[in-house]
Amino acid sequence: MHMADALLSPAVGVTFWLASGTALAWSARKVRHDDRAHLVPLMGVLGAFVFAAMMINFTIPGTGSSGHIGGGLLLSILLGPHAALIVIASVLTVQALFFADGGILALGANIFNVGVCTCLVAYPLLYRPLLAFAGASPSPRRLGAITVLAAVVGLQLGALGVVTETQLSGISSLPLNTFLLLMQPIHLAIGLVEGVASAALILFMRQARPDLFATSVLASPVAPKRAPFPTRLIAGLGVLALLVAGVFSWFASVQPDGLQWSITRTTGHPELQTTESALHASLSAVQKKLALFVNYKFTLDAKPGTPDIATRSGADKVAKQVWPAVDAGTSLAGIIGGAATLTLVMGLGYLLRRRKARAAL
Amino acid sequence: MSSINTALRDFDSLDALATRPTRLSAIDPRAKILATLGFIITVVSFDRYVVAALLPFALFPVAMAGLGEISLRMIARKLLIASPFAVMVGLFNPWLDQKPVLQLLGYPIAGGWVSFASILIRFCLTVAAALVLVASTGFHQVCVGLRRLGLPQVFTTQLLFLHRYALVLAGEAGRMSLARELRSGSRGALPLAVFGSLLGHLLLRAMERAQRIYQAMVARGFDGELRSRQVLAWRGRDSLFLLVCWGGFLLARQLDVTHLLGLLLLGHLS
Amino acid sequence: MSHHIVETRALSYAYPDGQQALQNLNFSIHHGQSVGVIGSNGAGKSTLLLHLNGVLKPTAGEVRIGDFPVCKATLTEVRRTVGLVFQDPDDQLFMPTVYDDVAFGPINMGLPAAEVNALVVHALATVGAGYLAQRPPYRLSGGEKRAVAIAAVLAMSPSILVMDEPSAGLDPAARRRLINLLKGFNHTKIIATHDLDLVLDLCSRVLVMREGSIEADGSPEAIFADAELLERCHLELPLSLQRR
Repeated sequence: MHMADALLSPAVGVTFWLASGTALAWSARKVRHDDRAHLVPLMGVLGAFVFAAMMINFTIPGTGSSGHIGGGLLLSILLGPHAALIVIASVLTVQALFFADGGILALGANIFNVGVCTCLVAYPLLYRPLLAFAGASPSPRRLGAITVLAAVVGLQLGALGVVTETQLSGISSLPLNTFLLLMQPIHLAIGLVEGVASAALILFMRQARPDLFATSVLASPVAPKRAPFPTRLIAGLGVLALLVAGVFSWFASVQPDGLQWSITRTTGHPELQTTESALHASLSAVQKKLALFVNYKFTLDAKPGTPDIATRSGADKVAKQVWPAVDAGTSLAGIIGGAATLTLVMGLGYLLRRRKARAAL
Repeated sequence: MSSINTALRDFDSLDALATRPTRLSAIDPRAKILATLGFIITVVSFDRYVVAALLPFALFPVAMAGLGEISLRMIARKLLIASPFAVMVGLFNPWLDQKPVLQLLGYPIAGGWVSFASILIRFCLTVAAALVLVASTGFHQVCVGLRRLGLPQVFTTQLLFLHRYALVLAGEAGRMSLARELRSGSRGALPLAVFGSLLGHLLLRAMERAQRIYQAMVARGFDGELRSRQVLAWRGRDSLFLLVCWGGFLLARQLDVTHLLGLLLLGHLS
Repeated sequence: MSHHIVETRALSYAYPDGQQALQNLNFSIHHGQSVGVIGSNGAGKSTLLLHLNGVLKPTAGEVRIGDFPVCKATLTEVRRTVGLVFQDPDDQLFMPTVYDDVAFGPINMGLPAAEVNALVVHALATVGAGYLAQRPPYRLSGGEKRAVAIAAVLAMSPSILVMDEPSAGLDPAARRRLINLLKGFNHTKIIATHDLDLVLDLCSRVLVMREGSIEADGSPEAIFADAELLERCHLELPLSLQRR
């Protein structure tokens, strides 16, 4: 499911458009010139493949719900990250224009969530370096594990992107913690399946048509001649660490009420008696920093009349405020005006058709 | 799968609408793209609790549909199909935001319901605008317009090829899926093993097809550079169109037209 | 004196996985000849055709077109001379409209817009598809797609027309139209096909392939009179010659 325009504010939409647009332009420049002739039909057809494949659902084992693949990682492996980003962007564009799946303003954000996070972050920073370290021809299990990890991280980042964009826009009143609770676990499951599916497809391709696989722009990885300094891998693992710390600390801290409530219910005490451990201390330090960031952001953005999403007390404060200058008379004018506007608009639309029909006669 | 087939039919029919000569097809695609973009940005720039002031914006997609001879019922049907996501996330608003923010005929209305309604209206407006853009301009022309507006050629070429072969591949996928359905007696989502195998073969065929297309392209002299012969000419009427649209959006953004109309009808405007 | 236009010398080709597809093919085709290439599936017909305009490179031997060899340096010229119409029209019609597809070749040749337009109009008129110019390819019927695919190749003004299964999937009327169209062409024609009746109608010479080599090379009458040959190559008499 992609971001819709209805939940986006112009500032957030335009910002992410700029981000994705820059990434696209850069990738367009980097798409290999010498292989351009091969790439044009390959990118087109693989885009069509992802598009068609997205329409086939699989059952997520154990949950009874279904999902579909995103394709970002698979495309990156077959085409290289830059061409893959362009292909993903094209698929999302067609979905937005033809199937109303994701808005036009939200397209920038969607390209970022689904494309950039997978093709320009998870793939180069995790998949490729890990694969290079795995040797010249890694076993299917190892390849599968690496693919799953990269897919999961890519999707978690994408899901975080959706949550961030929605929160920053402020149109939806869904509180951050609830949204995260919804998004991250679901995308964990989807990421696992996407990783498994992508790995299965790559292995299938490599075994069934090794010649086709070799002609794809990015073939099976070659073992590095000398062990390179793993800058990319470190960056990738850093991203992973941030992700884990951030998500877990959010769950642990930003939902004190929910946690307290469930703790009280289960143990009868308002708080768990914990022993201070080094891990706990460092986690809470990270959490404090992140929580500050969240609170800082939302305090800045909070407008009069909008609930402060970060803390419960904030919401109580704001609830006391009333929508300014609303009285019975004004709202009645609003209703009548609304009805009249709609009638006028529909009438105009009808007239336009009638005129054309008469002109055609 | 029937869902694939309906999706395919829609895909094809939406584009077919654009090939007819209408008053709207005479406008440069760049103008239409820019107008739609301006529309969407204006609509989403409203505050979360705004409902009534959004309504006049419906004029843009309705007028475009009228000028482009596009069935509003078709647009409405697509809106309905696409609505679940917005409804899903917006649905929490009435539950979370329960403080009344206005009174309707004596009854207090919670802010959550107002913002929910706002979300739904925004959704209808923005999605309708996008659909009307494609139905009135045609995907090919939209790509040409985007290219001339500065998007990289690699990207617009990719869009065209994707569009060209999406139907072909979706048809293959649909046939394979149907064949599986007929031999397994179950519809809907596939178990993982079957899914992997189906997709594996589809991917294989896709790559083989890409190879053949490449051969056909080089057989006709292709060297990697797709040369277009499309010429777009920006005319006075395109500037007029764009100005009218943007001016209208700005006006409706600043003035609460609905409110004014209501006051007028109630006789309170002196 | 007719000069050789298409010639192969000891042409051999093996797939990347080692399987031998073509073995030591030797033949020459003269200007204006109409040659049918027949054989069972897997005999190597399509593979042979792909060598004639340089899409595939032989692993041994060579192909000569109009007296010069097909190699990297001559590819552009070869592709202008040899027009290859592939089996699946969907693979050849990849542009947004029919006009764009037919114009693709001339534009790649660097011709000016006016000349491109003239070539496109002429090519579409030749195949009787002028009215389809603005249509997107996915809205064409099978017969229309075939016609447009042929037009797309004709627009490059080749002197040799190579076609892979041109009548496959066509309804009887469309097939008849295709045969009549091809009858009117002065080009050298090389047609790989299962449609033995089309071979009877169009071709003055037949190459029979089996397992990557040329089993027989002669007139249609001679070939179809040889029942043992036909059986060996998993072929039959054309339907019009079979007794009911």
